[in-house]
Parts: sequence; structure tokens; C-alpha cells
Amino acid sequence: MATLILAEHDNTNLNEATAKTLTAALALGQPVDILVAGHQAQAVADAAAKLSGIRAVKLADGASLAHQRAEPLADLIVSLAGGYDAIVVPATSTGKNVAPRVAALLDVMQISEITKVVSADTFERPIYAGNAIETVQSGDSKRVVTVRIAAFPAADAGGNAPVETVAAPADSGLSSFVGADLSVSDRPELAAAKVIVSGGRALGSAEKFQEVIAPLADQLKAAIGASRAAVDAGYAPNDWQVGQTGKVVAPDLYIAIGISGAIQHLAGMKDSKVIVAINKDGDAPIFQIADYGLVDDLFTVVPALTKALAN
Amino acid sequence: MKILVPVKRVVDTNVKIRVKADGTGVDLANVKMSMNPFDEIAVEEALRLKEAGKATEVVVVSIGTDKSAETLRTGLAMGADRAILVKTDIANIEPLAVAKLLKAVIAAEEPGLVILGKQAIDDDSNQTGQMLAALLGWPQATFASKVVLGDGDVDVTREVDGGLETLRLKLPAIVTTDLRLNEPRYASLPNIMKAKKKPLDETSPETLGVDASPRLTVLKTVEPTGRTAGVKLGSVDELVAKLKQAGVL
Repeated sequence: MATLILAEHDNTNLNEATAKTLTAALALGQPVDILVAGHQAQAVADAAAKLSGIRAVKLADGASLAHQRAEPLADLIVSLAGGYDAIVVPATSTGKNVAPRVAALLDVMQISEITKVVSADTFERPIYAGNAIETVQSGDSKRVVTVRIAAFPAADAGGNAPVETVAAPADSGLSSFVGADLSVSDRPELAAAKVIVSGGRALGSAEKFQEVIAPLADQLKAAIGASRAAVDAGYAPNDWQVGQTGKVVAPDLYIAIGISGAIQHLAGMKDSKVIVAINKDGDAPIFQIADYGLVDDLFTVVPALTKALAN
Repeated sequence: MKILVPVKRVVDTNVKIRVKADGTGVDLANVKMSMNPFDEIAVEEALRLKEAGKATEVVVVSIGTDKSAETLRTGLAMGADRAILVKTDIANIEPLAVAKLLKAVIAAEEPGLVILGKQAIDDDSNQTGQMLAALLGWPQATFASKVVLGDGDVDVTREVDGGLETLRLKLPAIVTTDLRLNEPRYASLPNIMKAKKKPLDETSPETLGVDASPRLTVLKTVEPTGRTAGVKLGSVDELVAKLKQAGVL
């Protein structure tokens, strides 16, 4: 049989989460199709068709799919499920929302946020905020899996798969889209960034957070993250939150500034390649996982680092 | 309107868990247990809707052993009106089975709204609410940061990648909570005493006619490969040199 993956996109651009999910899906060893479900999303389907190693792109284009609402999206995936023995979805907010709905409609127990494919029916996944790793085997005839995208590299582009059209589902009218308030930023997306500069409660205010963190992030072309403590204190918006209850990231370089290193924060960033910690408390737990630490006042060290990098 | 709030007994959020050396799971002996934090937020939201006159009754339900009754008492002490325990000895009961059991409870209770935590902090599955919505054929709004109950519908603001999104759901509906929805109250001592007298009914998967047996086999549970502490550096220049050496600049 085959594997179906759900593309992550905004109707205009294909999100890199798709290419990372593809890497996990290809490890199942079956032909892979990519489902692009959206509205006026032809450009996304064309971009998905260029990913290497796939059999085909299925494009479902209709108004009911414009905002990726769970009810029509799940109905669509279920209508296609007969041709697949695995459905693989990125663990983004869209994927986490829709995948369990699909699994229940198929009477399948989903496997959430896999970090490794052991075999076609066996996967590794973190539990207890990453403090334990479980190896689970599915006993269901189909698998529904969500993929922790930080755990897989992106598949290459360079393919040229056919784009086939499938019918968009009718709208049941159970839910409707009212509006969105999305942050607009020129910075790279947190989940896909190569470098992340993250700030904690030690920044002391929203103004200081911007004043200290932003110039360094600009210098490194980095995404900005924040600890839950900083978010709860109102220094940074929630979609910047890195941790068990926020985003899980694994950039090449993670710079933690004024972050003590609560378990819940470490769960979201401990797989980063290189971790730098800047904190004036030398006993802060963040130093137990940091590759390089500076025990010093962040308000002097961070501007100095920004300046040193500019030279 | 009645609001149903499923709650789960989990290892307390402040406990540093220990993986058993033989790989058979996480050591839960003599560990402090509490109500799943996201479920506390769900109970709080239901209570606020009742206090605002938009709901008439808040019912908490839990699936687990006798000990889950303690978690239900916590919900009652916060202010829920009554509780239902679906008693089972199946360890690690899975979200799909929980959703099926809740569907059976809902068939009898007929709530207008079900509010659940977005995920339990033990298995981190993040599935039950969505699965329950699917089995009931109800609309869903996960990761809620704001819930506005109207007449026949509910507007839910959701925390999504990149910001916020608002959906309108026809009732009855499923909502799952995110952290910023509210700050749950503490139960006062008089309310803890009062909770002991509130009704707590028991049922079972057999009575509800649900096969709750697991679909997944956990082959092993291990500790993640840890990181070791690196070096503390003396200056910014030293840090820049190290980062260049590591090839990340």
C-alpha cells in the first residue's frame, strides 16, 4: 500500500514542516503521496510536487478548506484513507488538531509526535515532556502518526511528481472561521529557524526584551523565542514560547538569555545542536545542558556580543 | 445548559519522573499525583461559565482506578456539582478508549458543551478531545485561549502557530484548553469539606458497553540521551571564537 502525508501551508507557501514530515514518511518504505488541502492553493501543490521521492500530489481545493478547519479536513482525509495504510501528519497546530479526528473516524489509535521511525508499525516518541522516550508498536491495520518536525531533516527538492485533483468536501456547517490575528514578521519561523535567540524573565519587561534580544536576533538572522515565564509575565507573545507547552525546536544554535532552565523549557530546546546560556546565576540549571556558558549580567554581555558579531 | 469536564489523574507537574531501569516504564510508586494542569483550566472555565449564568451544572468525569476519585473530589472542591468515575484497572488507558467511554457517558448526560485539557502531561498525546468530537460528530476547537458562549453557538479563540484564530462552533461542541485561558482557583478548606458530600457516581467500561483494551504495545521506555554540561567561558570574545569553531556562525 502507500503513505499519505498532509501538507502544512497557508494557501500560498508550502511550509518546511512538510519536507520534514516527508523524511519520516519515506522511512516507512512505501510510496508517498502528499495531500494539499486548501483554497486557491495551486502554488502550494506545485511546490509540493518538487519534493524528492514522492509518487504524487493530491490537490483538494475548495472554500471549505481555506482555513484548515478540522471537520471538513478530517472528512477529506478519511475519504482518501482507503488507498493508504499510513497517514502521516506534521505535529503543527493544524496537524495536532486534525489528526486525532481522522484517527477516531478510522477507529485507529494515533501515535503522537514521533521522533524516530523504527519500522513501519513501530515508533519512538517522547512522553513526560521529553523526560522519557517510549517505543510503541501499533496493532491497528492502519497507522495515523504525527511527526515532531524538529526531529527530522527536510527532504530534498528536485522531484517532479504529478499533481492530481481530488474533490473538496462539502461543508457540514458545524464550524465557521471568524477571524485570525497572526503575527507578521520578517524573521524566520521559530520551528524552522537555524538560529534562535531566546529570552527569559530576567529581561524584566517587554521593552527590555525587545531592546536586548531583537538586535542580537537581527545580527544572527535568528528567530526569537521566549521562556514560559517571560510569556506569562507579558514580555513576549505566546507564539514565541519554547517548551513543553510551547514549541519544540532544534536549531543549529540556541542562545538562552536570562533563562534559568525549568524542565518545561529544556523539553522544548534540548535537542538543539549548540546551546549557549547567558545568565548571571552560575547555578542555573540551564548551564547543565549548555555547551557554552557566560555567567554575567545579560544587559552588558548581550549588547557586547551583538557588537562583537557585527565586527 | 450542562457542561461536562473530563479530568485525568497524572504525576504532579513538579515531580521529576524516574524511568525504571528495566525499561518497563516510569516509576509511579509513592509519587505525588494531581489533576492534569490543563484539566484544572477546563474545570475553571466551566465554573466561570456557570457563575456567569451561562451554564446550569458542571459535571466532572474521570476514567481510572479508585484513586481517580481523589481527582474528582478536587474538581468538586473547586466547585463542580457532581462527579462520575468510570472505573477500570487498565493501566495506560489510551485516548481512543477514553473517547469511546466519554461518548457513552455523554449519551446519558447530554451536555451542551464538553471542555477538556488539550493534553495530559504524562503521555503528551493531545488526542482525546479531537477523538471525542469525531465520534460524536460534533465540531471542535482545540488550544482555546478564550471562550465566549453565545445562544446556540460558542466563539473560541485558539492558539495556533503564528498567532490566534477564532472559530464559531454550533453547540453541542468540544473545546480543549490551552494555558492562557484562565488561572485556575484553589479549593478552599470549607469547599474541600463540602466536596466530600457531593454526589460521585461510579460506572465501568462493561456497564457502558465499551471495549477499552489498548491498541498500542509499549515495547520499552528509556531515559533520553542526556546532554552534559559544557564549559563556562570568561568573555564574549571567547564565546564568539568557540561558536566560529563549532561552525554555527
